[in-house]
Amino acid sequence: MSKVKKKIKTIRIDVDKCNGCRSCEMICSSFHANPQYSSNNPARSRIRVIRDPHKDIYVPVYAGEYTESECSGRDKYTINGKEYDECAFCRASCPSRSEFKEPDSGLPLKCDMCESDPTLEKPLCVQWCLADALIYEEREEEVEEDVKQEEIEVGLESMVDKYGLQKILDTVARMKKKD
Amino acid sequence: MRYAETGYNLEIDLTRGNIERVETDPKETELYLGGLGTNAKILWDRVPPEIEPFSPDNLLIFGTGLLCGTQAVGCNRTIVSTISPQTQLMAFSMMGGFWAPELKYAGYDKVIVRGKSPKLVYLWINNDKIEIRDAAHLKGKGAVETQEIIRKELKEPKAQVSAIGLAGENRVFYASIEQGKSSASRGGIGAVMGDKGLKAIAVRGTKDLNVARPAEFLKLCNEVMEYIKFREANPIKGVIPILARLGSPQEMAIHDEQWHTENFMWGNSRTRRKDFWSEDIHKAWTETMEQVRTRLISCYNCPMKCGATITVPGLPTYMMKCFSKLTYPMAAFSDLDFGFKIAQRATEYGVDSYSTPQVMAFALELYEAGILTDKDFPGMPADTEGRFYWLLDRIVRREGIGDVLANGTHWAAQEIGKGADAYAHNNIKKHEQLPLKLSMLNPIYFLMYCTGEKINITQIEGQFPQAPFNTREEREEFVDGWFQVPDEKFKQYFLDWEPRGDNSNPYYPNIEATCEIVDWQEMMHYIDDALGTCTGLSSFHLKPPYHIHNFPKFVSSGAGIEMDEAVLTKAARRNRNLIRAVNIRRGMRRADEKPPEDHWKKRFPELETELLDAYYKYKGWDNQGIPTRESLSGLDLAYVADDLEQRGIIKK
Repeated sequence: MSKVKKKIKTIRIDVDKCNGCRSCEMICSSFHANPQYSSNNPARSRIRVIRDPHKDIYVPVYAGEYTESECSGRDKYTINGKEYDECAFCRASCPSRSEFKEPDSGLPLKCDMCESDPTLEKPLCVQWCLADALIYEEREEEVEEDVKQEEIEVGLESMVDKYGLQKILDTVARMKKKD
Repeated sequence: MRYAETGYNLEIDLTRGNIERVETDPKETELYLGGLGTNAKILWDRVPPEIEPFSPDNLLIFGTGLLCGTQAVGCNRTIVSTISPQTQLMAFSMMGGFWAPELKYAGYDKVIVRGKSPKLVYLWINNDKIEIRDAAHLKGKGAVETQEIIRKELKEPKAQVSAIGLAGENRVFYASIEQGKSSASRGGIGAVMGDKGLKAIAVRGTKDLNVARPAEFLKLCNEVMEYIKFREANPIKGVIPILARLGSPQEMAIHDEQWHTENFMWGNSRTRRKDFWSEDIHKAWTETMEQVRTRLISCYNCPMKCGATITVPGLPTYMMKCFSKLTYPMAAFSDLDFGFKIAQRATEYGVDSYSTPQVMAFALELYEAGILTDKDFPGMPADTEGRFYWLLDRIVRREGIGDVLANGTHWAAQEIGKGADAYAHNNIKKHEQLPLKLSMLNPIYFLMYCTGEKINITQIEGQFPQAPFNTREEREEFVDGWFQVPDEKFKQYFLDWEPRGDNSNPYYPNIEATCEIVDWQEMMHYIDDALGTCTGLSSFHLKPPYHIHNFPKFVSSGAGIEMDEAVLTKAARRNRNLIRAVNIRRGMRRADEKPPEDHWKKRFPELETELLDAYYKYKGWDNQGIPTRESLSGLDLAYVADDLEQRGIIKK
């Protein structure tokens, strides 16, 4: 089984260091404006500081995947005596909240780590966070390229359940012919 | 398309419940920039001098600076302007925080409030949807808790709310407007808001704000960021800690208060305690601070951490910044623990933390002197701390003696009589000042105190060191890399300024140099207040990231208004003269322009007269401080000259 090296880009978030200035939101929306930097609007940002100053809650969160339906979670977490909604840590653009949606069209937003050509040294939110609440990290991970046989079987079994084995076999045969 | 600004104001008539969205004239932006400048233009045009502060025709203007809400770091100031009940002149108190950018994102540059609502209301601005809402349930509620209640009932946790407390509702002359950790406190603008029956303004905005030449503008922003990092890594040597680093004085971060506690006055700005600070006090105060301070916090789009969340065990959480930390402890001869506790109540009431402690210390002095007696203070506790709480509770409710004290030391002294005047000793233009009493007259500060219309010295000073450095070497080191000066000659003024001898205060800097230094410091503040830049990154500081050389570029690439140093200088001068004209029209004259008699021990009446004569002349004002027709015309303010002439203030 062969292994490949993958570059993982991540941002480490230190909620204790955030002082709630929202520069990250501002510069994110500005970078993604068209033309670039021509406007800004934190409501379009792909990072949000979930803040509740009176409860001393400051959580910068990056936009992740879009989801059609809201989750059944929404539990409360108490950390160091402070109560957080589960949503405070969730990256999803989801129906239960207004975060990570374009304010006009409602289209979902997703962080792209400020992908651009030429590549930026660090995403802009990290560059503009002088409080060091956001730390950019790149790490290499070795992952196995080959997919395990059992995993394919698990997937196929559910297809078979749904369509029947004969239909699946026919489909595979047809696909093979195309190649 | 309009850049940096939205091009629209909201006009709210509370008498009729009318709401209008009005397009503004881009030419006015070119002339007065925005923020304080355009606020002043509106007040000049629409509030003639006959209008009393508590008239429905007085306006209360919440203006945003021209660059607020753009990418420009630290441009987040809300400039609130009205006619002050205390000074009877134009008040222009300001606050940082998040309100101004939010208003811009909602699509407006200003909210202009006129009239009076028959019942208590609040305003809810949600992009294009604006409502005047009933606030009966908020009557008597604290300024901090009101913000939370409104956010909850609107189900809009992201709304930014500016609110008044009980003091504003009861028209206390030094009532503030509170918003998060920020507040617009000076001049009693909270009283005008209360008089209008307006409890709060909540804003939520989700629109884009455009800049004219994005790449150029962002490059400037990045340069400012880089310079902030440089200044953080290289504090200025030879000055006290709060001046060495950028930001509003870092009172929430530092523990060493020797300088303030031993140089500023205690009580009713009377007593200097030269040996106050000790190791024990340092330890005790540090412990107090660390126990209550949960986090250092910022304003919108600014890396400085000038505020703090304060949670005193057993009391609701509130936020604090700057010198509010020490005004209550020092006025009451108490300690930091008392300060944090009473400031919580005072913040909820919504009162100015400079004037309020001084008014209470003034009342207690009058009591000790027998001018006020036991019958004025029925049931007042025996200890000073208890008395402060007792007085505060009565002032904000205007109960008994509180009703008199609620008008500030000047008006209270007038009402009390019996020589109470002598105890209202720390005022300029009827307004309480920082408790500073010094020895030798400093000519620069003399002029700033006299002619400042911002009332607060910290809002006038900044670019030039407060005092000479001891050695030539230190001075040379300071001027090295001092590129912010508008002209190289300022470096020479500083190099030659010495603590003793021929080149020392009060005769050095000489009169001409003094005028130039004052003019420069003041100009930078007027630019900040029009653009919405925080003075903590700009005019309050030595060697700030924003200065006369990069501001024009910010305006031209941000707002698309062609601008160079000469044009910007002229705009600042125009705003300066327009504000002076508003006040001159309301009766302000040379006789009003004097620092407290006891501000310096060593005074020089002849020199002081010469200084003021020279400065008036330098500014293009006559011997009474009235702008001349010639100077007004040169600043495109001929219409101001016409009006002053019609009123007989300027002779034909």
